[in-house]
Formats: sequence, C-alpha cells, structure tokens
Amino acid sequence: MAWSSLLPELARGTATTLTVSLAGIALGLVAGLALALIRTSHIPVVASAVAAYVSVVRATPMVTLALLVFFGLPALGLGLSPLTAAILIIAINTSVFQAEIWRASLLDFPRGQLDAAHAAGMTHAVAFRRIVFPQAWRASLPALVNEATLVIKGSPAVAVIGVVDLTRVAVRATTLTYEPMRPFLSATVIYVAVVMVLIRLQRYTERRIVAKYGTL
Amino acid sequence: MIANFGVVLGEWRSLMTGLVNTIWICALSGLLSLLFAVLVAQLLVSRRRAVRRVTQSGVDVLRAIPFLMLLFLIYYCLPTLGLRLSSWTCGLSALVVYNTAYFAEILRGAWAHLPREQEEAGRAHGYAGLRLYRRIILPQIFIAAGPVLGNQMITLVKNSAFLLVITIPDLTFMANQVQAIHFIPFETMLVAVALYWTICSTIEWGVRRLDRVAVVRGHE
Repeated sequence: MAWSSLLPELARGTATTLTVSLAGIALGLVAGLALALIRTSHIPVVASAVAAYVSVVRATPMVTLALLVFFGLPALGLGLSPLTAAILIIAINTSVFQAEIWRASLLDFPRGQLDAAHAAGMTHAVAFRRIVFPQAWRASLPALVNEATLVIKGSPAVAVIGVVDLTRVAVRATTLTYEPMRPFLSATVIYVAVVMVLIRLQRYTERRIVAKYGTL
Repeated sequence: MIANFGVVLGEWRSLMTGLVNTIWICALSGLLSLLFAVLVAQLLVSRRRAVRRVTQSGVDVLRAIPFLMLLFLIYYCLPTLGLRLSSWTCGLSALVVYNTAYFAEILRGAWAHLPREQEEAGRAHGYAGLRLYRRIILPQIFIAAGPVLGNQMITLVKNSAFLLVITIPDLTFMANQVQAIHFIPFETMLVAVALYWTICSTIEWGVRRLDRVAVVRGHE
C-alpha cells in the first residue's frame, strides 16, 4: 500500500487507539479510586466482595474480557457499539489495577495526619478531600502513568472485537495488499513511540514530585 | 442463567482442551523465556559498553511493543522474509521472545541490587566463570526477583489469550467456540474467566511459597 493511502489510515488508527485508551483510563481513574475506598473501608461484606472482584478481573486477559463484554452484555439485553464496548473494556481492566495503586497509597498514609485532621475538627469527607487525597494522588501519579503504558499495550485487544484501532488498521492494510511489512512495522513504530513518551512522562512526574516535595 | 451454566459445563471437554493448551504453552514458553533471559541478562551487564547498549535498546523496544503487534509481526511478516512457521511455532516464539525481554530486565534489576561482596567472596573462595554464576549469583537473583518474575508469569498467561487471533485453540479460543455454538456468551466467558483466575492464583500461591524461602534465607 502506498504511503499516501496508508498514512491517513495509520493516523486514524492511532487516534482511535489513543481515544479509547484515554477515555478508558479516565473512567478507570474514578472507578479505581471508588473501588480502593470501598476495599479499605472495613464495611463487612462489601469490602470483601470488592476484593474478590479486583482479584478476578486482575487475572482476566484483556481479550477474554473483550469477548465477555462485547458478546456477553448484548446477550443480557445490553447492546453496545464496538467503540463504547472498547472504552468499557479498557475501563474495567484498568480500574482494578488503578484500585490497587490507590489502595497502596491509602494504606501507606500516615495515621497521625488523619488523627490530626479529625482533632482539628474536620469531618471524614473534608479530611479526605483536603488532607488524604492530595498526598495519595501525588504518591500514585507515577504508578498511574506507568499503568497508562500497560493500557496502551493491552489496547489491541479491542481490535479483536472489530474496533479499527492502530492494530486493526495494519491488519486491514495487509489483507488488502498482501504486503505486511510496511503497515505492521509502521504501527509498531507508532506504539513504541507512544509508550516511550509515556515512560518519559512517568520519569518526569517522578522527578517533579521529588523536587517539589522531597519524596514521592 | 443457571441452566446456561449447565450447558457450558456440558462442553467441559472443549474447555479442558483449551485450558490444557493454555497451561502447557504458557509453562513451556515461561521456561524457555527464563533460560534465554539468563543469557540475555549476561549481555545486559556485560563489561563491553557496546554489547550492553545494543542489548538494552533491544530489550527496551520489545518491552514497549504490544504483545499482539509482536505476534502479528512474526505471523505475517516472517513469511515474506521466506520463513514460514506453523501457527503453534509462531505463538510459542512470540511468547518466548516477548517474555525473554521482560524476564531479562527483571534479572538485570535483581543483579544490580545484589551486593558486590557476594561475587567477591565467591571469587575469593575460588569460584569463577560459570560456577560462580550458577552457585553464587543465579540462586540469589532468582530468589530476590521471585515475586516480580511471578507477576510477569501472570502477564504471560494473560497475553497468551491473544493467541486466539492466530487460531491456536487456547482457553479463550475454545470458550469463544463454545459460546458461538450455544449462543450463551456471558456464561461461557465467565467460566473461562474463572479458569484464568485459578491459573493466576496458583502462580501467586507458588510465589508466596517462594517468598517464604526467601525470608528464611535473609532476603526481605
């Protein structure tokens, strides 16, 4: 396939990969924090249920999850477009890993600060918003950026359910021309570039946080 | 819904075939990756700058590629270079190449944290070359890297599900077939998920056992 027709396709595929991944990460961020809060909450049955859920989803391959969501939910009467399904799949997957990241920084949180906040008259919610969250966020940020690289690397799973992401663009170009080298190598270069940028970003956030606050 | 689970369990033969295929291809590729990784880790800590640099870039690039991309590169691109492999060989080599890079990087990290005195004391006792490596260095970096290697092994199992796209009848592939025949996707995939969870939990359990050995031997 000539570059003139391949390049726009690759650009579209990259855009789809990035859109789906970023939307999934954003949803996963909120859901992950919620899961972590419930899991660290000591509410009897609910906390263990969430722990079990996190454990199972963490062990589920992205492709298997993709098939479960894309074929399974419509069978239960919940029809989804491939693109919505893709975002949902990535969000479900990344939310449990983000939950573990949040949980780690919540468990690490010094108890004394919380007691001090309560002693100063803050309610639980205010203490969380003003004292716990900003510090937990800082501690989690580098790990969350690292999680983003894992999401990008897992995102080709959505190609399996027919979303025309970067991987599927390369497959389509190959089936059209029987010439696999150019599309696959180009797609690989783009993935590597995106992941390398994210790795740089992770190191940068780590340095910034350490420079500004002394520790992570 | 309960009845549907009955239908899925009625197809236990297919699911077992898939499960067994997933387990053996993961075990074999994990073992091979570990062997290659030991060699590659040597290159990553080589005294020659050029060797170290080239190997490290190779490992870094491999670790930045999505596994499915590597699988397609091997499956579609190698034949145009005149190398035609069966889909099993493709799948196995993709898993091995990919995980060798990760394992090698993990071993390099553990090696970098191994106190230099260990190697020096080994040399002082007359260990050198392969024996020093086999008796003094390797056991320690394996114990230190155990948990991380275990996590990577779990990632390997999860990546192996991508093999369905090159028609290898692994657990996900077989589950997908079962759901297509009976049209009960939700229940079938849930059973597959439960089986993956069992595999991964077993690996985690093994890692915890190994960890206890590590603590006894004075590693944190």
